[in-house]
Amino acid sequence: MTASNKWDHFTARVGYKRMYHRVEPGLYGVGSPKSDSPVFVSANYTLSFDSLRTSLNGIDCYILVLDTKGINVWCAAGKGTFGTDEIVRRVEATGLKDVVSHRTLILPQLGAPGVSAHEVKKRSGFKVEYGPVRAKDIPEYMRMGEANEEMRTVRFPLRDRAILIPVEIKNWLWLLALLPILLFLVGGWFPALLALMTVLGGIAMFPLLLPFLPTDDFTSKGMVLGLTLAVPFSFYAIYTGAEVLIGLASGVAIALLMVPGVAYIALNFTGCSTYASRTGVRREIFTYIPLMVGMAVTGTVLMSISIVASYMGWA
Amino acid sequence: MQSDIPLIRMDGLEAPSVVTPINTLVFFPGKCVNCGRCLDVCPHRVFQRAEGRVRLARPESCMECGACQLNCAVSAIKVDSGVGCAAAMIKAAIRGKKEVTCGEDCCE
Repeated sequence: MTASNKWDHFTARVGYKRMYHRVEPGLYGVGSPKSDSPVFVSANYTLSFDSLRTSLNGIDCYILVLDTKGINVWCAAGKGTFGTDEIVRRVEATGLKDVVSHRTLILPQLGAPGVSAHEVKKRSGFKVEYGPVRAKDIPEYMRMGEANEEMRTVRFPLRDRAILIPVEIKNWLWLLALLPILLFLVGGWFPALLALMTVLGGIAMFPLLLPFLPTDDFTSKGMVLGLTLAVPFSFYAIYTGAEVLIGLASGVAIALLMVPGVAYIALNFTGCSTYASRTGVRREIFTYIPLMVGMAVTGTVLMSISIVASYMGWA
Repeated sequence: MQSDIPLIRMDGLEAPSVVTPINTLVFFPGKCVNCGRCLDVCPHRVFQRAEGRVRLARPESCMECGACQLNCAVSAIKVDSGVGCAAAMIKAAIRGKKEVTCGEDCCE
């Protein structure tokens, strides 16, 4: 790994030029491979390709890089670009049959949603073996000749959740920057801080706390976090309200705005997770979106009333 | 949500199947030849090795990636595969497209 590789990885992680972290598709040799050396298949995203080649630990081999349009293995497989057609095409284009004497391809397990192993065998003559989920397990996989349950299981540990935060910040930057500034100009530091807390809660605290929040699905977890974050703001509003009723109204309104705010960002995190299903997400959308819209509308109305009321000296 | 009890469907139209009430995963044990491919490709250990044929052990953990269906040579598994991404679904709904996926369409 060179300094330029590391710079490339850093910029990929902060979401800079997302679509331009690419490796030229084709056949690569690692070390001094011979005709009986294994062939690993990878995506043409630099983070995928580099995690493979840095995990090989001196294994002489070939790497067949597919054209996945600069997308990682799992996402590309979901889209089908890391798929049967592209493998067959790339095996053909690189003349792999003349380079190696065997007929086996080792694929990352997460390529499987796009690949039909028996189709590949039928169409290219190459047998597909699925390696481990994580490239770092490859040396162990090669020693044992198979992957154990642990190597085959996807998890979502703190490290994997935390590393997504920079990209989350980049994706929500318009909201993270715009909303607090706008609210500061309109209403001063308190609403600005409230907005900042809501967005930061959704994009940074939520990924970190995901497994520790009670309840099952993303949106309700986000609601729990939103409510927790709203508590100090609500109490501050109640305590400093011009009148008891006005204070109460704005305190409740704050909760009604922060809860759906954090929850909506949390719902959008489903695609970043390693386990959300389409059926589950669809159910969350239909269950919670109406509720969240209702909360936000009620919160906005209540907040407007309490602002107007305190200006008018009503109560 | 009652999710841990797989229902047995025996409607006579297809081989007896095990459907999962909370997602679209359907397993036809009668067709399984115990090749073990699904055990290799599933990222969430939904299937388990068992005597004669695999067992649908944790259907509630299925994320509908579709890997098992695509790699099952005897079509013993059916799942309506897709990406569990609310951002993509909402974006698709707003743009009036059927579906957008990671890449230039979304999260760019």
